[in-house]
Amino acid sequence: MSTTNGLIGKSVKRVEDNRFITGKGNYTDDIILPGQTYAAFVRTPYAHAKIGSIDTAAALAMPGVVAIYTGADVAAINGVPCGWQVNFKNGDTMKEPKHPLLAVGKVRYTGEAVAIVIAGTREQACDAAEAVQVEYEELPVVVNAAEAVKPGAPQVHDEAPNNMCYDWELGNPKAEVDQAMATAAHVTMLEFVNQRMIPNAIEPRSYNASYDAANGRYTLYTSTQNPHLIRLLMSAFVLGIPEHKVRVVGPDVGGGFGSKIFHYTEEALLTWASHKINRPVKWTADRRESFLTDAHGRDHITKAEMGFDKEGKAVALRVKTFANLGAYLSTFSTCVPTYLHGTLLQGLYTTPKINVDVTAVFTNTTPVDAYRGAGRPEATYLLERLMDLAAHEMGIDPAALRFKNFIPPFDGVNQPGYQTQVALQYDSGNYEGVLKKGLEMLGYEDFRKRQKEAAQNGKLLGVGFSTYIEACGIAPSAVVGALGARAGLYEVGQVRVQPTGKVSVFTGTHSHGQGHETTFAQVVADKLGIAFEDVEVIHGDSDSVAFGMGTCGSRSIAVGGSAIMKSVEKIIEKGKKIAAHKLEANAEDLEFAGGRFTVKGTNKSVSFADVALTAYVPHVYPKDLEPGLDFSSFYDPANFTYPFGCHIAVVEVDKETGTLALRRFIAVDDVGNVINPMIVEGQIHGGVVQGVGQALFEGAEYDENGQLTNGTYMDYCMPRADNLPMIETAGQVTPCPHNPLGVKGAGEAGTIGSTPAVVNAVIDALWSGGHIVKDLRMPITSEKVWRAMQTA
Amino acid sequence: MIPTAFDYTKPATVEEAIAALSDGDSKLLAGGYSLIPAMKMRLTQPSKLVDISGIPSLKGIKEEDGEIVINAGTTHYEILTNDLIKNRLPFFTQAAGIIGDVQVRNRGTIGGSLAHADPAADWPAPVLAAEAIIDVKGTGGGRSIPATDFFTGLFSTQLLPDEIIVAIRIPVQEGARSVYLSFEQPASRFAIVGCAVLRKADGRVNIAFTGVSEAPFRDRGAEAVFDGKSWDTATIDTAVDAAIGEVDVLSDHFASSEYRRHLAKVYLKRALQALA
Repeated sequence: MSTTNGLIGKSVKRVEDNRFITGKGNYTDDIILPGQTYAAFVRTPYAHAKIGSIDTAAALAMPGVVAIYTGADVAAINGVPCGWQVNFKNGDTMKEPKHPLLAVGKVRYTGEAVAIVIAGTREQACDAAEAVQVEYEELPVVVNAAEAVKPGAPQVHDEAPNNMCYDWELGNPKAEVDQAMATAAHVTMLEFVNQRMIPNAIEPRSYNASYDAANGRYTLYTSTQNPHLIRLLMSAFVLGIPEHKVRVVGPDVGGGFGSKIFHYTEEALLTWASHKINRPVKWTADRRESFLTDAHGRDHITKAEMGFDKEGKAVALRVKTFANLGAYLSTFSTCVPTYLHGTLLQGLYTTPKINVDVTAVFTNTTPVDAYRGAGRPEATYLLERLMDLAAHEMGIDPAALRFKNFIPPFDGVNQPGYQTQVALQYDSGNYEGVLKKGLEMLGYEDFRKRQKEAAQNGKLLGVGFSTYIEACGIAPSAVVGALGARAGLYEVGQVRVQPTGKVSVFTGTHSHGQGHETTFAQVVADKLGIAFEDVEVIHGDSDSVAFGMGTCGSRSIAVGGSAIMKSVEKIIEKGKKIAAHKLEANAEDLEFAGGRFTVKGTNKSVSFADVALTAYVPHVYPKDLEPGLDFSSFYDPANFTYPFGCHIAVVEVDKETGTLALRRFIAVDDVGNVINPMIVEGQIHGGVVQGVGQALFEGAEYDENGQLTNGTYMDYCMPRADNLPMIETAGQVTPCPHNPLGVKGAGEAGTIGSTPAVVNAVIDALWSGGHIVKDLRMPITSEKVWRAMQTA
Repeated sequence: MIPTAFDYTKPATVEEAIAALSDGDSKLLAGGYSLIPAMKMRLTQPSKLVDISGIPSLKGIKEEDGEIVINAGTTHYEILTNDLIKNRLPFFTQAAGIIGDVQVRNRGTIGGSLAHADPAADWPAPVLAAEAIIDVKGTGGGRSIPATDFFTGLFSTQLLPDEIIVAIRIPVQEGARSVYLSFEQPASRFAIVGCAVLRKADGRVNIAFTGVSEAPFRDRGAEAVFDGKSWDTATIDTAVDAAIGEVDVLSDHFASSEYRRHLAKVYLKRALQALA
């Protein structure tokens, strides 16, 4: 590959921020089409009820109303599909009840749409939606996954007995693990809840669908992370309309955190309705709808046991999890508690026997799917809580216990990858390195002294560790296909050199906060030796970009960036042929560096721009070579990438009130090579805050009637700047051995590492004051800490 | 989150506002931070909003005839940054500084907050402890209501439907010192417990709580402990023991009644210690 002009590794300011901070972003809700209509939904106030009559007459007569559709109108249309098949332990296919575009016969969670009202203005649509009369006959409700599988629990779907979607296990046979556990000198057991999270992207979901009757073409503007996948699922699986007659555009998108990966019923319904009424239809969720209908995250009830020998080496891990999938299967819901959770339970440790058993369950709650980290935070929380608790129980220092159990360093080149007990092969890692660095930053020995002094002075200080690993760069298609994925997870990258040498890059990943327009341009400009300003990154439009699998699972640079790199290589290869012809040399004798093609060992050279112009004005040109300089590549990764790191939290407890103050947060993350350190640091910061949010502030609360009781910002507590100390970040670089940039991905690391570090710190603080508690349920409010101090 | 349709009027005088208010199902719009969200959720659907933000006589803070007068349309920010308040009523400055965020403080008004009577609002505690008088005007003329009589329960006050709060009058107490401390609900940052204490020059004390019960209240039991007693640790502890008494304490997702009662005592102790 060419030498570089040093753009890779530079904190280039984000080009996209110009439009965002000047209010010039173009979000779906900003788009108003000729003849625009607006939709509002009639949503059930009950979590589980039979639908009786629906009277739309009064609403239809209201000003501006264009159309009203109910479940009966769309009953013949397919539901939105699930993208990942998980089989029962006995080999049976998972239960996959229809997820209809509008409820038919029965509603299954509060907020499920019963009717769509379309009118000339949004106000008219809202007024008319209120006038639709729906009769409900309430049914018993179940919201808790462990309760839902018990005999006699209310049944969400007739076709899923005991509300089970599937049961599943991974790892060593249970008997082997039981046997190993029986040999343990100490077993640490933890029963805990990884609570339900609401993603809360700042931009609510928004869709604007239109139909062009003259050309038989549909266009859907959608606030999505994944435009091509939405097009594929909607056209082929839901509406049965020709894929090539559908354009899906994800314009500027204000955050997703996973919740905008999925294909939502409203997308297909609006697209269908735009054809029915032959006018564009737009809907933007209000914040209440976001709380109730954006796919939620996490919601695991887990019992985990880790056995150790008398030296503190882990000998076995046994895990039983009930995963709440909500009322219907969202697009990737089924893989989250299984292939994104169970497969990560090796962690950074050499535990020789691991068995994980998962029961996935339907309940009368909002569908649950991937939320920043998706399964990997659940796995990390489980392991890292166990590690810290085991250390406390055995009287071993939690850092020392980790050093004792770490997988030794391996680079994946000279040493092979590490084969886990749970199906993955780690690519490269230096796990002790990140913990050592974290301990240095903390000043660990000094901290323990201060902690003792504080306890003597009536103050409680605590430190919590989390050494995590994640599987990113999702994903090798053959591997995930074998595990049930119904899609490939390669990526597409096109590099189009314009006649003037300026470059347009098309990527199938989608940027909704990640800064791809900057990072990807840095990579291409660096490799082509041209100015950063001469590269533009285009994404999000299925009419411009050949294909793509969108942005999720920290995959964009590792998979999308690699696809772009393949095209860059092709550009240089062809460029050499054109340059050789111009320089009257052999292509093999040319080298490309600093934006020039040079005959090796001579001063004969030609610039990249010259070659580009020649490619488009091929008057003097190699025979048999096509004009143009434009390549598209598909890249299917050889393996996942495995970023890892060490997060350390320090908390102080107000003994009188139980109030927690997060005093320090240290994040040492190894995400492989770094393209833009500022953007990576920003990703880590955002992720850490989100993970701290789960530990201390956030969490959906359902009552026994299936009502979300904290579905507003007055009650659902998002973390704020004043809740956090300055985040202290540091990096370590262990390059990924199997992709051209050596990158691993950084989008989810902060969220995965931080949550257990904070909770462990609280537990450590309580133990330092003599309050021996194993667990406090997240979010850890002041009252929970106060109660722990009263009773323990 | 689209409200139902409504009419809008922006009167220039209190009299015009009262006239507009008595006409149909009208509601006063001050800062709007409580009303507008309720309208967007369609929890309230007034036919007309009477915007009182353009009435000059409802603005401003002054000292006259031995009283601090805060006109009802004065924003939290204006109170926060007012030197007279800072010198005379430091606990008003403290309360103003923790209400909402910058946007809320710049639009929200003290009159609006008092009229809304949210059980977790900050203002009622210092207003009660300061022995404020609330001046109101309506079609029947004007009247003055002591703060101690003003709050009648959850979101309810003595205010009649056609009445407008015009001013909050606080007697100047030379040599008095005051403090307001709030334990905030983490999401809304409203008070789970707000405790205002005014220590008079003669050592007597006014104690008021907000957030603890359905309506804010003066804690007479705790106050009485200081009558004729010196301000020492024992007196403070006795007052803390006496505080809250038979009060029916709220319980919610963020704080059970047991925990809230405990917090009220901790915050009272901290407030008293700050003035000791």
